[in-house]
Amino acid sequence: MIANVDSLSQGLATLLQVIVVALGGPLLVGLMAKVKARAEGRVGAPISQPLRDLRKLLAKERLHARHASVVLPLAPMVIMATSVVAVAITPLVSTHPLLGSSADILVIVYLLLTGSAAAALAGLDPGTAFGGMGASRAMTIGALAEPALLVAVIALSIQSGTSNLPGIMASTLANPQWVLGPSRLLALGALLIVVIAETGRIPVDNPSTHLELTMVHEAMILEYAGPELALVSLGEAMRVGLLFSLVANLFLPWGIATHDTALALALGTVVVALKTAFVAVAVALIEVRSAKLRLFRLPELLAGGFVMSVLAVVTGLVTR
Amino acid sequence: MTSTYIATLELAAGAVLLSAVMTLWRRGVRSIVSMLSLQGVALAAVAMVLGRHEHENALLVTGVLVLVVKGLVVPTLLRRVSRLDPRSRESRPLVNVPASLVFAAALIVLAYVVGTRITALSPTSATHLAPLGLATVLVGYFMLVTRRRAVSKIVGLILVDNGIALVTFLLTSGVPLIVELGSSLDVLLVVVVLQFLMVSMRRHSDTDRLTEMKALHD
Repeated sequence: MIANVDSLSQGLATLLQVIVVALGGPLLVGLMAKVKARAEGRVGAPISQPLRDLRKLLAKERLHARHASVVLPLAPMVIMATSVVAVAITPLVSTHPLLGSSADILVIVYLLLTGSAAAALAGLDPGTAFGGMGASRAMTIGALAEPALLVAVIALSIQSGTSNLPGIMASTLANPQWVLGPSRLLALGALLIVVIAETGRIPVDNPSTHLELTMVHEAMILEYAGPELALVSLGEAMRVGLLFSLVANLFLPWGIATHDTALALALGTVVVALKTAFVAVAVALIEVRSAKLRLFRLPELLAGGFVMSVLAVVTGLVTR
Repeated sequence: MTSTYIATLELAAGAVLLSAVMTLWRRGVRSIVSMLSLQGVALAAVAMVLGRHEHENALLVTGVLVLVVKGLVVPTLLRRVSRLDPRSRESRPLVNVPASLVFAAALIVLAYVVGTRITALSPTSATHLAPLGLATVLVGYFMLVTRRRAVSKIVGLILVDNGIALVTFLLTSGVPLIVELGSSLDVLLVVVVLQFLMVSMRRHSDTDRLTEMKALHD
């Protein structure tokens, strides 16, 4: 009986997480656009603009390219489903969501990768030049970011002795001195580079461009319209929300709900929203300050991320 | 007290190695030199933290010396040299930047594998960090071998010197002051000589790429 009550409240916490990220992800994208606009001296669209765009898109009719196969309508569902599952099992608001025991960090990484692979296939499917180009570029960037991500993950799990996300967070809460250790800081640097690459932010990709020579992610989803575009955008926004709040939680886990009372969950929601907004503002300011890198210079950036994560592993082993 | 001591030491030693890797990452000579300056400051911090913990005044003095020479004077001189050529960038290293970063990662792992064998002989919280110094030395040699510009080569040499200094600080709690004084001033002298050399090289052949100087002039 008690176990049932437990899993019920865990389930509610999980549901809360999905709702928070589903609403918060688009707001986060809007917030970054707003910060960029303000820094450039423009007023900018309101923060809720991405949510309004979603509502507008959902009301439109479904349209498919003539040569598209079943992959095109299927991919948005895969993107959305992987994002929802990843958000549900990751400890964002509460340290022990339902299925938290399977929230191995590698599982999260490959769930997100499945979503990216689906997006790339959808880019190739209609047979347009831009879609193929975008898919090829996105996969190149993904392949370069992958080693850095995995080695950074190893660095995090060496310290905690587990690659289970709730485990990593619990051990960080128990050992606050780790947060300022060189291994953590280096892993943070590497993860930030990877997150910027995976979410397609400026030094890697420009989310607001439709210039044919430079767009990566936008080129892949060029053939989508209406509700399917809404689904892809929402999935991507949730992914941004997930990655940013995961980085924030891994390096500053304080405030996360360690038990499932309503008060703790409310506090956890507010704190995670604030931390994530902080990361988003930081990323937006990086975007304002830097120019997009040439595609051929990207390996340099991502190799830098890789060597930083190797350094994180070695310093983690040395200082253990 | 001891935990903050260890944490500061780890952070400073990590910063030394990180700035060594950053010099491989950046292309502009100016940003390479600022990384070098950061490394000097971090190295001085290592010496001072160790000196404070072990109550060795000689080490504190050495720290101040390192801060002044490697954190301030040498970078200032190098900046002045690089100002001779405002567009100075390491444009065509022998090994390109991504490959050299991957190489650096391999060297760091090598230093860890070899270094832990040595530090296992006398395990304390300071000696544990010695592999980081060893890795700095290896990265410095790599830079020395693969970069073409004279300034980058000097930076590689200073990286090697800083790495050796880090290893000696960590393993032996510092060399005698006179030895450190000698090696720091040595580096300073090398930089001064480089400055003269660069000026005359540019006057004669309008480049500072060492590989392009193959023949002797009359």
